[in-house]
Amino acid sequence: MEYLSIIFLEVYKILFLLVPVLVSVAMIVWLDRRIWAFVQKRQGPNVVGPFGLLQSLADALKYIFKEIIIPASSNKVIFVLAPIVTMTLALIAWAVIPFSETQVLANINVGILYLFAVSSLGVYGIIMGGWASNSKYPFLGSIRSAAQMVSYEVSIGIIIINVLLCVGSLNLNDIVLAQENLWFVITLFPMFVIYFISALAETNRPPFDLPEAEAELVAGYQTEYSGMMYAMFWLGEYANILLMCALGSILFLGGWLSPIDLYPFNLIPGAIWLILKILFLFILFALVKAIVPRYRYDQLMRLGWKIFLPFSLFWVVLTASYLFYFNLLPVN
Amino acid sequence: MIAHAIFFYTFSTIAIVSAIMVTASKNTVHSVFFLILDFISISCLFIMIGAEFLGMIMLIVYVGAVAVLFLFVVMMLNVTQQKNQWFSSAYSSKHIPIGLIISTIIFFELIIVIGGWKYKPELLNNLDYSVNNEISNTHALGQILYTDYIHIFQISGMILLIAMIGAIVLTFRQRSGVKKQSYFKQISRERSEGIEIINVESNKGIKIDD
Repeated sequence: MEYLSIIFLEVYKILFLLVPVLVSVAMIVWLDRRIWAFVQKRQGPNVVGPFGLLQSLADALKYIFKEIIIPASSNKVIFVLAPIVTMTLALIAWAVIPFSETQVLANINVGILYLFAVSSLGVYGIIMGGWASNSKYPFLGSIRSAAQMVSYEVSIGIIIINVLLCVGSLNLNDIVLAQENLWFVITLFPMFVIYFISALAETNRPPFDLPEAEAELVAGYQTEYSGMMYAMFWLGEYANILLMCALGSILFLGGWLSPIDLYPFNLIPGAIWLILKILFLFILFALVKAIVPRYRYDQLMRLGWKIFLPFSLFWVVLTASYLFYFNLLPVN
Repeated sequence: MIAHAIFFYTFSTIAIVSAIMVTASKNTVHSVFFLILDFISISCLFIMIGAEFLGMIMLIVYVGAVAVLFLFVVMMLNVTQQKNQWFSSAYSSKHIPIGLIISTIIFFELIIVIGGWKYKPELLNNLDYSVNNEISNTHALGQILYTDYIHIFQISGMILLIAMIGAIVLTFRQRSGVKKQSYFKQISRERSEGIEIINVESNKGIKIDD
C-alpha cells in the first residue's frame, strides 16, 4: 500500500508537469505562427477560437484522424520508434527544471548534466527516422541534422562550463541561486549570445533549419511520416525549443528569480517569472525565424567549429583566470 | 529495497540481453542500436549505485557522441552486402581457424586477468572506504582527479588531443581545383578589382578568360 501511494503521488506530480507543458507547446506553435505572420504583415491563424488560439487544437484533431502510412520498404520497428523517441526525450528533460526553490519534480545533483545528456540523445530520433524511411531525402536530412546537432552540442557544453565555473555546482537550483545579485546574462553576455545561436542550431530552427530545407530535401527526415507520427515529431521539436528556452533562462536570466527584489515583485511566484522569461526567449526565437534567411551548410559548420568553439574555449580560460586571480572561485 | 532490486534486475537484464543482441543481430544498424541500449542501461546501473556523475558522462560521451559516429559509419558503408558475400564465398571456411585461435587467446587472457586480480586489503575490509556523504559525487571525483592524479589526467587528455590531430592529419588532403569562399577576400574587394572597363573594337570581339 505504501508503494502504491508513492507511485500515485509521483504520477500525479508528473501529470501536473506534463499536461501544462503539452498545452503550452500547442499555444507556442500558435504564437510562433502569429509572430511570423505579423513580421511579414499577414494575419496568421486567426479563425479558430478567439484570436485563433484554438488553431493548434484543430490541427491536432486533424492529425489524429489522418491515416498513418508506413512505407512498404521501410524498417517498420525503427520507423515507428523514431517519433516516440523524439517526443519522450523532449518531455523527460522537463523533470529537472526548477519552477521555484521547492517546485521541482527531481532536484538531482547533476541536473545540468542530465539536461545536456537528454538533449544529446535527441539526435537519435532524427537519425532513426531518416534511416528507417529508406528513402534518400529523409536520409540526407537526418545526416545533415545529426552532424549539425553534434557540432553545436560541443559549443553548448563549453558555454555550460563557463556558467558552472561561476556557480560551483551542477544542481539547477544552485545555478539559479548563484544569480541572486547579478544575472549571468550581464557578466557572461557573449556566452549568452552564443548560447542563443547554438540553441537555434541545436533545435533545427531557422536560420539553421537545413535538415528540413524544403527547397532541397522536401521535408528532411519527416518526409515519409504522416498523421499522428508526424504530429509527434512536431510536438517533440517544439517541446525541445521550449526546453532550450527554459535552459537559457535558468543559465543566464536567473530562472525563477524575480528581476527586482522589491515588495510588489516578490509576491509573484517564481513559476510565473520563469514562464515569462521562457516566453521572452521564445519570442526572440520566433523573430529570428521571420527575419533571417537560411544559412548554407558549409557556413553553418564553419560558424560552429571555427568561430563558436574557439571563442567559447577562450572565454572559459578568461573566466577561470579572472575568478582565480580575484579569488572569487566558488568553494564549498 | 524491493523497488531497488526490481530496478537493478531490469536494467542488468536489458544490459546483458542487448549486449548479446549486438553480436547476434543480422542487421548491423540494429546491432548499433542495441549497443546504444546497452550503454543506456549501464549508465542507469551507474546511477543506481550512486555514481550519478559517471552515469551522466557515460550518456553524454558514449551515447551522445561515440555511438552517433558509429551509426554514421555503419549507415554509410554497405556492410550487410559485404557480410553476405563474405559468408557465401567458398573461402570463408579458411578464416575460421584464425578466428578461433584469436578468440581462445583473448578468452585465456581474460581468465588470467580476472583470476590474478588482487583487491586492496583495506578495500575488502572496509567497503565504505572514504565514502563521504556530505559532499556530492562530482565534488568527490574532482577533489581526487585534480589533486592526486592531476598528471595522469593531463597526460590522458594530451593523448586524446594527439590522436585527434593525427586523425585530421591522416585524412586531410589538399585537392586542387576546388573553389573556396574567402570571407575576408569577399568583403575587402574594391570596385577597381571587381569591375574592368574594356573598350571593345567593333567587328573584333574580345576574349575574357574566367
